[in-house]
Amino acid sequence: MSAATAVVIAGDPLLSGEVDLATIGIVLLKVLVTFVLLLVATMLMVWFERKLVSDMQNRIGPNRAGPFGILQTLADGIKLFFKENLMPERAERRVYALAPFLSFVPAFLLFAIIPIGGNFADGGDGTVTIFGKETYLQLADPPIGILFVLAMSSIAVYGVMLAGWSSGSKYPLLGSVRASAQMVSYEAAMGLSAMAVVLVTGTLSTHNMVVEQAGPGLWGILPNWAILTTLAVPFVIFVIAGTAELNRPPFDLVEAEQELVAGFNTEYSSIRFALFFLAEFMNTVTMSAIFVTLFLGGPAGPAPWGPAWVWSIGWFFVKLVCFLFMFVWFRATLPRLRYDQLMHLGWKVLIPASLGWLLMLGAIRLTLDNDWNPALVGTIGLVLFLVFWALLRGANASAAARRELDEELTV
Amino acid sequence: MLAQVFSAVDACASTTADTAACGQTYSDFLRQWLTVAIFTGVAFGMGAVMLGIAAVLRPSNKRTGAYQNQKRIGYESGVDPVGSGWTQTQVRYYIFALLFVLFDVEAVFIFPWAMRLEDYGTFGLIEMLIFIALLALGLVYAVRKKVLQWL
Repeated sequence: MSAATAVVIAGDPLLSGEVDLATIGIVLLKVLVTFVLLLVATMLMVWFERKLVSDMQNRIGPNRAGPFGILQTLADGIKLFFKENLMPERAERRVYALAPFLSFVPAFLLFAIIPIGGNFADGGDGTVTIFGKETYLQLADPPIGILFVLAMSSIAVYGVMLAGWSSGSKYPLLGSVRASAQMVSYEAAMGLSAMAVVLVTGTLSTHNMVVEQAGPGLWGILPNWAILTTLAVPFVIFVIAGTAELNRPPFDLVEAEQELVAGFNTEYSSIRFALFFLAEFMNTVTMSAIFVTLFLGGPAGPAPWGPAWVWSIGWFFVKLVCFLFMFVWFRATLPRLRYDQLMHLGWKVLIPASLGWLLMLGAIRLTLDNDWNPALVGTIGLVLFLVFWALLRGANASAAARRELDEELTV
Repeated sequence: MLAQVFSAVDACASTTADTAACGQTYSDFLRQWLTVAIFTGVAFGMGAVMLGIAAVLRPSNKRTGAYQNQKRIGYESGVDPVGSGWTQTQVRYYIFALLFVLFDVEAVFIFPWAMRLEDYGTFGLIEMLIFIALLALGLVYAVRKKVLQWL
């Protein structure tokens, strides 16, 4: 690093270059828009879920507050403001009071890296012009966007864990221990399947991922979405792991009513409960947005007429609502998994599958690049797969056999 | 974005450094995180404002006594709690957490390779194959040791 670089870093690089009122205005405007968008989307998601689930169960659902009951969430929120805030007598007071923030803030921050629009049509790089400045329709585009997603979902585990532990009560503790084991298990699978997208697009920034996925793909008709270029399996793994990460049905063992009352937030009341509730639904919206960004090309899409950025926002929300519908559909149709089934799925199916798929994708790409013999590469891959599969089966069988032996000895 | 930053470092390191240009790129890089920091502030502020409004609006009954204390007892299906709230849990949960650390550290090593697949080429692929094979063996060992067997 030369002297010039050192001078630049020392001289507060945040303010070097042009900083005028327009730059600051754009940042503040983006913060405001993202904030409002996220809160409104969350509110509507709660309503959407209740209405849709009741439709699927032949009920009417909320229909009193506002047209079609659309203000029901707002009414519930206002009610929670008027509820007494109880502190359980055995609670660890400070941790109990602050744990909701650890759930709420990461849920909020995740949305910062989601591209919600931009001029991606006809080879555009997604920039739009506001106040005469070129910018992205995305709050921030840190160069390690996808790692930021994984980091924030890791921090959310702390919120759940500390909330359950600090309540000083048995059900919340059991709920939080279950939740943290579940979340860390599926986070590994989630990270490994997101890696397939990184491998295909060659970037960690969410904006660049969308740029890579824009434009025509195979045969000029199919979109260049990562769901197709990674051959679908990482997408399926990511959706399963994402659902488990959100603790949503069929992976909602964390709040299995029959066993754990309400899970980690049993002892919470009033607005602290509302923070957990908001965080949960915000995470649902954001996770759907992450599915869209990583695998379905985010806001990229054709713009037949008019400004491309308006179309892109439309495409983004159409894709988003598909995933929100999927989550509600899961809840209405799928029965909850048992805990051993959950762990089995996570560790013995999803993690090996995503690791193997990653290697396969790498091998396919290098085969195409280097003109290797496809038959030879395929044979080596198949042999390796069979060896690992046999090893895993053997280990499983041996573990089961020894378990039976143990049981005979103890009885 | 990162490539830009690195090329900017190169540009700044060269003797004919264009100070304004490399400053601009560093600036962009840090401004992204500054925006995230502002948003963090907004998120904390939002939570604080909600708690503040609720603190003004909600009833608060601080009186203590046999009757008022009832509501502060931890919930245990309606009966008085038995023993401590912090019960011991199975060690299995802890083992899963340890295994997670293994796979998370693994992810740290695989991400750079996944990003620069073409540059590492054949060497990278074989290297990663060996790395993942070793980890897979670890997973197989854990299965064999009944660590992943829940029931």
